[in-house]
Amino acid sequence: MADDKNAIIDLRKVCMAFPKRSGEPLPVLDDINMSISAGEILGLLGRSGSGKSTLLRIAAGLIRPTSGEVVYRGAPLTEPAEGIAVVFQTFALFPWLTVLENVEAGLDALGLPRDQARRRAQDAIDLIGLDGFQSAYPRELSGGMRQRVGFARATATRPDLLLMDEPFSALDVLTAETLRTDFLDLWVEHQLPTKSVLMVTHNIEEAVLMCDRLVVLSSNPARITAEIPVTLPRPRNRLEEEFGNIVDDVYSVLTARTIASLGALKQTHEGLAQPLPRASVNRMSGLIEILAAPPYSGRAELDTLASTLSLEINHLFPIAEGLHILEFAELKDGGLKLTAAGHVFARGNTDERKRLFREHLLRFVPLTAHVYRVLQEREARGAPRIRFEVELEDHLTRRDAERTLRAATAWGRYAELFAYDDKTRMFSTISNAG
Amino acid sequence: MPVLGYLSFTVLFLVSLSPDSAFGVEIATIFAIFTSQAWNMAFSFFQSLRTIPYDLDEASRGFRFSGWQRFWRLEVPFAMPGLIWNTMMSMSGGWFFVVASEAISVGDLHVALPGIGSYVERAIEHRDLAAVGWAIVAMTVTIFIYDQLLFRPLVAWADKFRYEQTAAAVAPRSWVIDLFQRTSLLRPVGASIGAMTQAAARARLSVRLFARPLAGRKVPSRLLDVVWYGLVLLAILYLGSVLLRFAGAELSWGDVFDAIGNGGITLLRVAILIVIATMIWVPIGVAVGLRPALAEKVQPVAQFLAAFPANLLFPVAVYLIVRFHLSPKIWLSPLMILGTQWYIMFNVIAGASAFPTDFKEAAASFRIRGWRWWRDVMLPGIFPYYVTGAITASGGAWNASIVSEAVSWGPTKLNGSGLGAYIAQMTEAGDYPRIALGIAVMSVLVVATNRLLWRPLYAYAERRTRLD
Repeated sequence: MADDKNAIIDLRKVCMAFPKRSGEPLPVLDDINMSISAGEILGLLGRSGSGKSTLLRIAAGLIRPTSGEVVYRGAPLTEPAEGIAVVFQTFALFPWLTVLENVEAGLDALGLPRDQARRRAQDAIDLIGLDGFQSAYPRELSGGMRQRVGFARATATRPDLLLMDEPFSALDVLTAETLRTDFLDLWVEHQLPTKSVLMVTHNIEEAVLMCDRLVVLSSNPARITAEIPVTLPRPRNRLEEEFGNIVDDVYSVLTARTIASLGALKQTHEGLAQPLPRASVNRMSGLIEILAAPPYSGRAELDTLASTLSLEINHLFPIAEGLHILEFAELKDGGLKLTAAGHVFARGNTDERKRLFREHLLRFVPLTAHVYRVLQEREARGAPRIRFEVELEDHLTRRDAERTLRAATAWGRYAELFAYDDKTRMFSTISNAG
Repeated sequence: MPVLGYLSFTVLFLVSLSPDSAFGVEIATIFAIFTSQAWNMAFSFFQSLRTIPYDLDEASRGFRFSGWQRFWRLEVPFAMPGLIWNTMMSMSGGWFFVVASEAISVGDLHVALPGIGSYVERAIEHRDLAAVGWAIVAMTVTIFIYDQLLFRPLVAWADKFRYEQTAAAVAPRSWVIDLFQRTSLLRPVGASIGAMTQAAARARLSVRLFARPLAGRKVPSRLLDVVWYGLVLLAILYLGSVLLRFAGAELSWGDVFDAIGNGGITLLRVAILIVIATMIWVPIGVAVGLRPALAEKVQPVAQFLAAFPANLLFPVAVYLIVRFHLSPKIWLSPLMILGTQWYIMFNVIAGASAFPTDFKEAAASFRIRGWRWWRDVMLPGIFPYYVTGAITASGGAWNASIVSEAVSWGPTKLNGSGLGAYIAQMTEAGDYPRIALGIAVMSVLVVATNRLLWRPLYAYAERRTRLD
């Protein structure tokens, strides 16, 4: 695949590491080999924080990898290049430019004559269905219309490679569906002036609907764990059995990866290297209750949960992972199954739930157990947050460490294991705990 | 920073360059006013550059804007609202300095440039209250005209550069802008200017000089930081030693304690005045801010008052003090904050107007009233705005102390004592070592209050009033 003749862009042995407060830089991307061919839409899937967006930015030339290289048009890519255009999750429109000016701004770098630039921008606007909005400012537009401007701005440059960073995730479900369908229609009819697409997404159905090939990344650091070709004919139908099978496959790959990495991380560094997901106690309790009740009665497929709860994987997976870590439920083969403790939790009242949660925190979450132990050992019964931050940052990126500590704090507070004062940034014991 | 204090140095320096003409003095004045105005605009631009949203930065890099295009497409528009706001502030400050610096005496050197400042100076010498009145009227008219013809249109025009993606509740309007946009006579003029600037912004003018390094390579270099701070430290030490050699021969520790003692008096004044201004303007600002219709009317008036150089009004106050034999130590003090108290007021108005409706409704539905309402609802809500206003007000008060603590009315000289009076006296006497000492003490005090009081308060306000 790295020596594909048709390749538009070729990523070779790409590694990326971010500097840490102390010591060795922390790797986020490890040995990524990937190429994108003409005529294909490639989807990049993975847990949130797995480095998908970083990889997309490396392909865009916005970030330079720590090692390895990106080959584009036969030469190493060292900066944003002609023929590569990005569609941003947050749209990234210039609020002080009108729709037309925003699209024209994308053409600035090409140095076209004024009338030619105007014509191209106009064509892109027509194609994307923005006609009539030329003189509007972005703040007058709805989210969907704003992202259409984002598409028009990118396609007006007639890119060889269109990079899309979760282009639909900031939109509501209906709007996202409309934009996806419109985009696919243009793609299938070869009306889009772009040769290939790389998109990052959290939505597995969206990925299967749109992409010709899916690349699944693991995390900490991200490696390519699976490549899943999607050969279904277009237009694709979500209700077809084959479609559902592929979605199941992807879920299985993702859960298998998650379980493996959770298990592995728990063994190393006394479990302190285990990042905790952004899962609030309320969300986890809610999911337990839903799982416990009919029609699931203890077990559900993740894709069913995702579609009935209309949660994308970046929201569903953290909750499921949280339950898995706390052993209230078990992630397996793309499904989530309540454990005995999970059933007890579902039946319990507030106090019983808290007691159970406390037990599980001490047994299964090394970090909260660690904080608790430190507090018990200390005479003053208080410990500064920074101490744990530093400990965590030995093993995690700063962002992961922050998220992990937040989750641990919220969980510990709920379980009344310890108290935390954000003003003094100190953990302390609760006198009536236990 | 007490820019006014530096004035005597720059005047002397520039006059020495061209001793026989008014030209040198003219340059000195322009220079002084320029420095008083430029730094805060430059700082505003710099601040904007540092806060450019990440996604817009990536978009401009992704679409390979050249340095020139990036500047006009991204950096200037993003900085525009802050820049215009600071330009307005600078303009007000500028008038203040014009009035203060057109007629300046350093030792034996007495300078009077044609202008409203020296007009007022002359009026004071001749104890002509009517002339002072005319100066005030002239100033009012001038400010009104440039407000209508320059700043209103600028503010209305710059509204489109607001970064927020939501529409403003009340878009600023200006009849001048309307004139250019809606009349067939003036529209082509505006449009052609627009087309020209557009074309200029589109040009690539690709100079690799502006090329910025890729984000991935931006590894913060400790060494470079150390070297830089080292250089800065060396520069400070060098300047300090120069100052010491220059001043040390003439100054004793007694002088230093004298200056610090005077500084203490002025500090106490500033503190008390800020407290008083707060007690007056916070309730009024809140009352106005909660009534949008009223706020819309009061806000321009407050801005107008802030733009008015308060030192034009000093002679009137001084006349009253002399007339009624009031104690200058007390009654000169309010002059310090005369011009800058408005910043407290209109920041509080802005804060109260921006106060979320659901908080107001929640407070109303739980019947939170009286002191609890102030303590738990309103004061935390306007606190960040208030701190911003108070910082500006206290900074302005320090500056104003130089012209307000020692004033005269004809032959009568009033001295309120304090660091401002100290600097003013030393300037009049042409005693450079002591001017330098006074300025140094004032700089230290201003920086210290900023560091020890306002910064922590600001950080606290930011932290406490955020929900996430």
